[in-house]
Amino acid sequence: MPVRKIVNDFSITIATVNGSGSQTANTAILRSLFKMGIPVSGKNLFPSNIQGLPTWYTIRVSKQGYTARRDVNDIVIAMNPASFERDLAAVAPGGAFFYADDIKAPITRTDISAYPMPVKELVRSADVSPNLRDYIANMVYVGILAQVIDLPLGKVRDSLSVHFKGKEKAIQSNMDIVQKAAAWAADNLKKSDPFSVAAMDKTGGLIMSDGNTAAALGSIYGGVQFVGWYPITPASSLAEELNEYLPRLRRTEDGRNTYAILQAEDELAAIGMTIGAGWAGLRAMTSTSGPGLSLMTEYAGLAYYVEVPIVVWDVQRIGPSTGLPTRTSQGDLAFTYYMGHGDTQHILLLPGSVSECFEFGWRAFDLAERLQAPVFVLSDLDFGMNQWMTGPFQYPDTPMQRGKVLWEEDIEKIKDTWGRYRDMDNDGIPWRTAPGNRHPASAWFGRGTGHDEKAKYSEDAVTWETNMARLKKKYDTARQFVPKPVVTGTGNPVGIVAYGSVVPAVEEARDLLRQAGGPETDFLRLRALPCTEEVREFVQAHERIYFVEANRDGQLRQVLSASMPDQAGKFRPANHNDGLPLTARWVMEAIQSQEAK
Amino acid sequence: MATPIQPAQPNRVGMSRNDYKGLPSTLCQGCGHNSIASQIIAACFELDIVPEEIMKFSGIGCSSKSPAYFLNRSFGFNGLHGRMPSLATGALFGDHRLRAIGVSGDGDTASIGMGQFKHMVRRNVPMLYLVENNGVYGLTKGQFSATAEVGLELKHQGANRYMPVDICMEALVSNATFVARSFAGDPKQVKELIKAGLAHRGIAVLDIVSPCVTFNNQVNAFHSYSWGKDHEAPLHEISFVPKLGEIMLEDAFEEGAVREVTLHDGSQVILKKLEKEYDPTDRWQALRMLEEAQRNNWMVTGLIYVDTSRPSLTDTYNLPDTALNRLGEADLRPGRDTLEGINASLA
Repeated sequence: MPVRKIVNDFSITIATVNGSGSQTANTAILRSLFKMGIPVSGKNLFPSNIQGLPTWYTIRVSKQGYTARRDVNDIVIAMNPASFERDLAAVAPGGAFFYADDIKAPITRTDISAYPMPVKELVRSADVSPNLRDYIANMVYVGILAQVIDLPLGKVRDSLSVHFKGKEKAIQSNMDIVQKAAAWAADNLKKSDPFSVAAMDKTGGLIMSDGNTAAALGSIYGGVQFVGWYPITPASSLAEELNEYLPRLRRTEDGRNTYAILQAEDELAAIGMTIGAGWAGLRAMTSTSGPGLSLMTEYAGLAYYVEVPIVVWDVQRIGPSTGLPTRTSQGDLAFTYYMGHGDTQHILLLPGSVSECFEFGWRAFDLAERLQAPVFVLSDLDFGMNQWMTGPFQYPDTPMQRGKVLWEEDIEKIKDTWGRYRDMDNDGIPWRTAPGNRHPASAWFGRGTGHDEKAKYSEDAVTWETNMARLKKKYDTARQFVPKPVVTGTGNPVGIVAYGSVVPAVEEARDLLRQAGGPETDFLRLRALPCTEEVREFVQAHERIYFVEANRDGQLRQVLSASMPDQAGKFRPANHNDGLPLTARWVMEAIQSQEAK
Repeated sequence: MATPIQPAQPNRVGMSRNDYKGLPSTLCQGCGHNSIASQIIAACFELDIVPEEIMKFSGIGCSSKSPAYFLNRSFGFNGLHGRMPSLATGALFGDHRLRAIGVSGDGDTASIGMGQFKHMVRRNVPMLYLVENNGVYGLTKGQFSATAEVGLELKHQGANRYMPVDICMEALVSNATFVARSFAGDPKQVKELIKAGLAHRGIAVLDIVSPCVTFNNQVNAFHSYSWGKDHEAPLHEISFVPKLGEIMLEDAFEEGAVREVTLHDGSQVILKKLEKEYDPTDRWQALRMLEEAQRNNWMVTGLIYVDTSRPSLTDTYNLPDTALNRLGEADLRPGRDTLEGINASLA
């Protein structure tokens, strides 16, 4: 009998070979826990490889509801001979180690519970065709783990049903092996570890999704009409989900498509097509990651200067260069903010949860069209490719905002005063027309070269500077439209500023700091650039501000230092990036160590 | 004796020739590109195209400036060097009923833009893609382009070491559905091919040798006026006949000496046989002819290849009859119940 019991508060790491189909098994465990009402999070730590290299999947079970990565491995499931030794070494003292018993390596530790799993034997006895055996092999650890930690098999079945979209044959052939494995464990394993799960009621009303699916769905509810894209990890699944859902959601009664999605030859063309479509009056988007973003730079500058509304999703991975294609980062913020040669500044949306990926999916189009500018949404691999429990996707609460567009009857009224780039409303945002407008005064010539208020070519110095000043004014107008930050806590001298997928680690770190005796912190979750007035107010109200970011240089801290130099002396770095999601413990220690000085 | 000025006859859509004009050209005096701009104006006027129903695109270079010099009442977009095809591809989805004309150059197409050019061709983007090909970079003052012939000598550059790119050959091997070549010094043929290209529903690649009077007009250079005049070998005489047929200008063709190609809108290109039997619907023959021309140093002009059977890019997307850019929230935002269903499936 275990001395102590640890219920709903531990982590599981599953070590497999990349390409062995373990994703189905891992997601089944994750979703089963979710369906038991227990807060969970799952992160896939995988190599840039199709098949053969080691891969790990970590699941965190947290009765408090924390979803950040934890770097302690309470339970390790070892299916990969190549990583066996390090997997064994990684088990926390007192932890549990499940291993495929065909791996002939000695169990060299006595401070853990080690459970052999007869994977090959159980698979051989299963009634499946030989070519499916590799796939169902992973179901052995699902069954054995379920038995040992008290995970009801009914929940596993429910989860497989979601995964296989209700296809009974696939569900049953997987469940057969799960049941066999669980029965074997009941008969043959004696529990000696402290970990188990028990039903809770903390996931009611929540859903489980990855950020790329959320972004795709949000874009569809935002009325996306054109998608130009090129495959790149970790952004590919965003476009693939658009391919999945658009035909279901966006056909007319007579079966016509109200959208077009086109896989381009590269990112240069993907953004070119997107800009063409945006210029032609469509809600147009592309999705990419760092290297693709670099390729898109020249066209992004053109979109800024010609004032074409487009949405660009950057699902960040770690760079520079090719970097680590399957590892997460927040390394593109500074680059995207200034992306393009000459004087450019872009609008950035920074979703802080998977449900916000959905929200910013539709909101980005409203912003792009109202501001006639490219809008960049910075997600990352951690959000984009991992499954998160999150709030249900909320139907847009405002009608579509198409911005200042003139069709035939509109232009007839103002044709004598209108110019494509004339600031008629003193907000820096001009009125635009789109091809297909049949009014003889509607056409204009888009160009990346210098142009006047009528979009005519001009090299005049005053015209150039006046237009650039207007673009800056427009950028200031954007501050009224972008999502405001979310502030929690007040009155403490220490503030934290963060955005994106590090937010769960920050929220947990604030609790850890409190439990450790301080400092108590206030938290500003930034949701967009340019900054709104609330950001300055927060900064002014605090003595020390920590910027928690997953990058080497503290890019948001740099950007805000430049925009409020009078406050920059208060800013402190709490940033690092090794390709893994930040942990709450790291965040806590980064703040504690500087507070102690 | 002065002839009395006749008021210009409007065309079938009530437009005068002036309605198709652009701004005054800022290119060099005598530039072949200016002559091409005039033929675009003439072709659109004669085809009764409503200027608001055509879009203009270009990349970067002398050629790419020229869309400002025709069709002032049409929307236009002068994009990035070599990347106009992607811009046009996206824009054509805005209102798929519009026609498009893209003007590129030899640098814009055959150097930086080779990738986008080939992909535009293989997608059969519905656009007349016109290359004003002079074998030289004019705006940066006289460097070799990828279509310059091997051995050509230019001031400051020395002799060209590399084999030239043949734009028509590249188009053909990428499965273009319309490939033609002309010479800026032959305005009648240029105009007929522009008309045929505008009537073609799909990519129409028209490579026009357009000499650079400033940087590449030596007597012996392939892309010069004098060489072109001496070496041009038309495949056939061409006449374009619009669908309505009333403007049949030439009726001198004899049976057996002409070949008619019917384009998508019902209009026809009539090819008069010259020296040999040439069938522009035979891709293999077109490839062999281009190869032969290259070996013999001929500049063969005319309609090299046409295939009217393949659907254009936008035809394959099952779009509504209404232009996408006229759709509103009711068409574009799925109902609330659908999202509830999705949330339920993810719970």
